Amino acid sequence: MSTGTTKLDVVVSDVVPVNELVTRFHFRRRDGELLPTFSGGAHVVVEMRDGNRTRLNPYSLMGSPLDTREYTISVRRDDIGRGGSLFMHRSVHAGLEMVISYPVNLFSLDLRAKKHLMLAGGIGITPFMAQTAQLAGSGGNFELHYTCRTASLGTYADLLQQRYGRRVRLYHDDRNERVDLDRLLSSQPLGTHLYVCGPAGMINWVRDRAAVLGWPSETVHFEHFAAPQPGAPFDVTLAVSGKTIRVGEQQSLLEAIEAAGVDPPYLCRGGVCGQCETNVISYDGKFIHNDHWLSEEDHRSGCKIMPCVSRFEGKSLVLER
Amino acid sequence: MGITFRKETFRDDYTFRNSPDHIRRFPFPFNEDSYMYAVNIEPHVVGPKGSVLENLIDVDEHYVAEMQDRALVLAEDPLRCQSLPHMTLAGWDLLELLMEQQALGYPEHFTLTRDGDRWRWINRPLGIDDTFTFGDTSTLPYGPMEYITRQSQGDFCILDQRDGNLWMDAGMVTTQADWSLDFDIGMNFFEWHAPVPLAHEKGIFIRALKFLTNIQQGKPARRLNWTMTINPRLDTSPENYHKWGPDRATVTPENVGQKVHLRVELQSFWRLPRSNGIVFPIRCYLIKMDELVTQPKWARRLHRVIRDLPEELATYKGLTRYRPTLIEWLSKLDDGSPTSPGFGPD
Ligand code: FES
Repeated sequence: MSTGTTKLDVVVSDVVPVNELVTRFHFRRRDGELLPTFSGGAHVVVEMRDGNRTRLNPYSLMGSPLDTREYTISVRRDDIGRGGSLFMHRSVHAGLEMVISYPVNLFSLDLRAKKHLMLAGGIGITPFMAQTAQLAGSGGNFELHYTCRTASLGTYADLLQQRYGRRVRLYHDDRNERVDLDRLLSSQPLGTHLYVCGPAGMINWVRDRAAVLGWPSETVHFEHFAAPQPGAPFDVTLAVSGKTIRVGEQQSLLEAIEAAGVDPPYLCRGGVCGQCETNVISYDGKFIHNDHWLSEEDHRSGCKIMPCVSRFEGKSLVLER
Repeated sequence: MGITFRKETFRDDYTFRNSPDHIRRFPFPFNEDSYMYAVNIEPHVVGPKGSVLENLIDVDEHYVAEMQDRALVLAEDPLRCQSLPHMTLAGWDLLELLMEQQALGYPEHFTLTRDGDRWRWINRPLGIDDTFTFGDTSTLPYGPMEYITRQSQGDFCILDQRDGNLWMDAGMVTTQADWSLDFDIGMNFFEWHAPVPLAHEKGIFIRALKFLTNIQQGKPARRLNWTMTINPRLDTSPENYHKWGPDRATVTPENVGQKVHLRVELQSFWRLPRSNGIVFPIRCYLIKMDELVTQPKWARRLHRVIRDLPEELATYKGLTRYRPTLIEWLSKLDDGSPTSPGFGPD
């Protein structure tokens, strides 16, 4: 059985520019009903019909889980990426009918926490928009530290400060403001959980320092969707379906498999959920593993690949799909 | 038209019976003449009319009697219902799920009306008409999980998902086959499965856990499990072993048909939206041998399954003492002709 997500038919109800890089999109259900309830940290996969290709990109839901009349996402324009965010910015307008997935949460709050300490970098603020709304609604204890490049790129910073006052701390790169991470991590009460979302470098830095300072790994939560990286085209043979396909420069292996009419499972399309894991039958060449799912040993073994983010360079690759 | 709820007991005088159409809708768990342990998980989607899958949460003629039995168990042993403090939100999720599904499937018996956070729940079979504020525990007589599971057939385990594992952090468990919530509460998936034999290849469990942690909102899954119980006793808990354990020695060739019951659990798995937890309803169906063998296909097939069951599995399921008596009794109903494929009766 395919474990892909259930789909929702929606209409874009509003498109709101937030700053020079970020645009917010609002979705309502086409049948006028309420959207499914979700929890802070959940994402949806948005299907984009871009000419004859379909792009599927995950975006965090940023609205309040207490109000499901609409879903909102914020998309940061990436001019050198594979084009999904550009498509959203250029071609998606109010009134457009789209298909999105049911919400999936791979970054949920640990409800046992006595306190939730959140660290956001840039567009990594979006899941925290929903999580703070959820916690505020239930009287939860949280504190948000948010780094952005400049005040004008501090997406939703004003709104957050207005809503939560001193529970939100801002840091601007252009003013050389930096989180005093060691001090922050060393001064938390017992029972605090740490959440981080932002660029890979920031996530690694925070996880490393937390480990060094003795935070148990179960109390450190992070979300990083690796966008699939472009790369040299390569050929793959799919043993089960008996097809040989080419993965284009701007295409992910998962997308190429889907384009060939095979329907593999996925949830995050960002190398974190494990759902697309595929066995390698044989290969001659080298893998470019970009996932956060497989262990280093799995990576070395050459037996498994996560087609949503990983690529291959070499002579031949046969997968069990 | 509605369901006619039976007046019956699951203890003392054991008046539990299945009506003829409930015999035919019994979820017979064997689709071939042998049985082997497997991860037989499939999507939990609506099935044929008149089957136990007609609705995703099944309510049947035993509803009222089962709820009365649950109240008796809880009065004796309140630890059958437990919820760790962080699971209250999941309890509200479950309350919503069960109210929605019961009202959807059985509008003549249950009605849910919502006005924002003000909800009104009418449960006609149990004579309940309550108005409460969704999310505010002080407006209900019990916590949300206990409130709704005192009104829903089957046991309920609510699992918290964290660190790539599932944790049994809340539940209402009064009709279980020899396991205990009080023992398992707070354990993770591997800890609470530790005693299962024949599945000791860890691989099965890792795959099952992977599947479960990926259960999607809007896409529940299910599986069937089975065992046997002497007398139609819903509560076969370890705490009460002294009451039901000795029953196994009471099976004679004369009383097999009345005493031996096939016990089938329909387990389903649902992602809960607010808490991101998973609820795992375990719905128990009982049928006595005399009722089961009214369907000749089931009689023939059950004979072959029980006869050929590997010894370890028979021991694990606790059949050892009365298995020869049962096989002997069933063999008289097996003329050796082939059984048709599939679970249903002919
Ligand atoms: S789809 Fe989640 S890891 Fe590939």
